[in-house]
Amino acid sequence: MPFGQGRSGGGGGGGGRGGGRGGDKKTGDKEKGQRRTLFRRRKVCKFCADKIDDINYKDVKLIGPFVPERGKILPRRISGTCAKHQRKLQTAIKRARQIALIPYVTD
Amino acid sequence: MADRQYELIYILPPDTAEQQVTELHGQVEAVVSRMHGQIANTENWGRKRLAYEIGHNKEGFYVLQVINGSGELMKELDRRLKVMDLVIRHMVVRVDAEKKVVERTQTKRRTESERRRVKRGLPPQRQPGEGRPAGDPDDGEDDRFDGVEV
Repeated sequence: MPFGQGRSGGGGGGGGRGGGRGGDKKTGDKEKGQRRTLFRRRKVCKFCADKIDDINYKDVKLIGPFVPERGKILPRRISGTCAKHQRKLQTAIKRARQIALIPYVTD
Repeated sequence: MADRQYELIYILPPDTAEQQVTELHGQVEAVVSRMHGQIANTENWGRKRLAYEIGHNKEGFYVLQVINGSGELMKELDRRLKVMDLVIRHMVVRVDAEKKVVERTQTKRRTESERRRVKRGLPPQRQPGEGRPAGDPDDGEDDRFDGVEV
């Protein structure tokens, strides 16, 4: 009798927990969604906004912010750069790497 | 055909003697003049830290030259610089096409803005004191990468 009670109780508890978890997840998603709309600022292409037409490989100051710590090229989805300027930025970074103005990798 | 414009950039070891540098300049100039090109501009950037080591060199002496000439000339220069031990790194980039595009977009933008301003009954150039002040308090710092998880 105490065993049976314990088992059934445990089962119920488990079920409850499971349901609780599901509910948590849902509310979590909702919260995250709200936060996104609240905190995400609109990303603008830096080169379009500042009207920089020429992305030159010699200009390390300009390129620098798009090459994070690791030495990789910052993706468009993070920096917000438009496709046209990302393409130009890409060639500029690759050229700058060739002549050792920017590292290929850093660890 | 009109000449193309190229940028030649090369790196020398930091301990290169002055005489060797001038010698190399002479060699480059000889090739350029022999193949009917001309050096438009020469810039010495001086000693700079390299982003990575090139053959145990941590620093390098950068030289940038803008050259007007044919593709064959640059091919020849490239070949010669590859052979030279003194030059630890070099690169040739064609710049005239890019420059033209940049100029065109800039003039287009200017004329377009002037046209719009005239249409609005304003003088074509921006007057002093017009538009947003330079020190805008809202966008003072670079916050483009806010709320980003990598």
